[in-house]
Amino acid sequence: MTDTPLFKVNGVSKFYGARTGCADVSFELYPGEVLAIVGESGSGKTTLLNCVSTRLPPSAGSVEYRMRDGQFRDLYRMSEAERRFLMRTDWGFVHQNPADGLRMTVSAGANAGERLMAIGQRHYGNIRSTAAEWLERVEISIDRIDDQPRAFSGGMRQRLQIARNLITGPRLVFMDEPTGGLDVSVQARLLDLIRSLVNDLGLAVIIVTHDLAVARLLSHRMMVMRNGRVIESGLTDRVLDDPREPYTQLLVSSILQV
Amino acid sequence: MSDLATYNFAYLDEQTKRMIRRAILKAIAIPGYQVPFASREMPMPYGWGTGGVQITASIIGPDDVLKVIDQGADDTTNAVSIRAFFAKVANVAVTTHTHDASIIQTRHRIPEKTLLEGQVLVYQVPIPEPLRFLEPRETETRTMHALEEYGLMHVKLYEDIALNGHIATTYAYPVKVAGRYVMDPSPIPKFDNPKMHLSEALQLFGAGREKRIYAIPPHTAVVSLDFEDHPFEVQTFDRPCALCGAEDVYLDEVILDDKGGRMFVCSDTDHCEERRACGCVGELGVKQEAAE
Repeated sequence: MTDTPLFKVNGVSKFYGARTGCADVSFELYPGEVLAIVGESGSGKTTLLNCVSTRLPPSAGSVEYRMRDGQFRDLYRMSEAERRFLMRTDWGFVHQNPADGLRMTVSAGANAGERLMAIGQRHYGNIRSTAAEWLERVEISIDRIDDQPRAFSGGMRQRLQIARNLITGPRLVFMDEPTGGLDVSVQARLLDLIRSLVNDLGLAVIIVTHDLAVARLLSHRMMVMRNGRVIESGLTDRVLDDPREPYTQLLVSSILQV
Repeated sequence: MSDLATYNFAYLDEQTKRMIRRAILKAIAIPGYQVPFASREMPMPYGWGTGGVQITASIIGPDDVLKVIDQGADDTTNAVSIRAFFAKVANVAVTTHTHDASIIQTRHRIPEKTLLEGQVLVYQVPIPEPLRFLEPRETETRTMHALEEYGLMHVKLYEDIALNGHIATTYAYPVKVAGRYVMDPSPIPKFDNPKMHLSEALQLFGAGREKRIYAIPPHTAVVSLDFEDHPFEVQTFDRPCALCGAEDVYLDEVILDDKGGRMFVCSDTDHCEERRACGCVGELGVKQEAAE
């Protein structure tokens, strides 16, 4: 980790008419850092994630990103072309439902290779071998490379989605409940995979989850949201082991014990 | 005759023609860009060439000579009726000879004879959006065109190679026009794609149901998309035309009987007839006396 943040969020708010999506959220993210945003359903986690990942323009506030040349750029002052280019090269977005992040009607290899083609690679052999390499990395066997993701299990789809996002070597990845809807053993393996990839590649990750166990396993730092506001933030271990806000205490004590 | 009051040259009213001409001018100014236009109901069903007919009706004048082909042939139902339509509503001369025509309306082929300056080729287009089957949202495909995001087009070609070992798209093969817009050249065989490149003729594309017009001005670069290690190539045929013996032309397969008999003949009937009139003959052809 370095001293300069990769990502700066300042006073981001999103209002839907009179209702609040999220209000006055500020944070910084450093390279290689994993930040978890937790909270119950409707607390504004996903709205915040969409606002900072340029998928939903916020009502107020600014989001800045340090480009590869070291300059901070305000995402909402960039042209749409630049933003979209950033999203498919330097960023990744892992959706909760893999069908949202994959093209279900084209093969796994094409799904993984799409970003390479989008940035101008025009050599079939190279694209295919890079795609194959990444499928292997996310533990999808190579003989499935020409199968469509609709023939894949939920866990495989999610791993394919991760491969598709990481193939261009992004520096920042957004994840929206990446393990939601998976059974526990599949979830455990996926978490293991994400953790090792994040470590190996030095990714910065913003992960939204309602599952505190996932947050504990993956994240360095966490923010607890309620009614659109961040009510508590700090190191993951500190927040989970010594929650200060009554709501966080309630959240932590609500975890089911096996 | 009370009919005269309602008759207008070339079927469409003048306001509509102006609107379509404006769309055509814009399309020529931005090669490959799909210009929306207010497509009219025509006295034929969608899919039978309503877009092409509207373009032809807007550009045709009393001195024009019209040729209409369908799959290369001048004598199929669609070609015959569109030709008869314009002979009736515009009283223009019609022809089947490619070199005599000033406007050629076509479905699914480009004539074998090289088109010359001053000729206009009007295509009938069913689906103008090359990205449509990959990205169903119109808002998204428009953005992709605007921002020149064409990676998805290669995903389709990748998929072809992955499943078939080669680029299996044989018609409506995507092209890049003037180094900018990716365009669907309508369902012509990819055999015809090279003919669009730097053509001297003006090429207009009309999609009636989808309400889009686009164009390739004369002398415009038209490049078929491909991969470095899987370059674009056209179909080849292992035999010449059975009637006229022509090679390097696009052939149709014709079933002769129910015992597996078949022949391959020029899909461009005018080209085939012209060659036969000059005395060329294929293996199943009959020698004709050369015209005096």
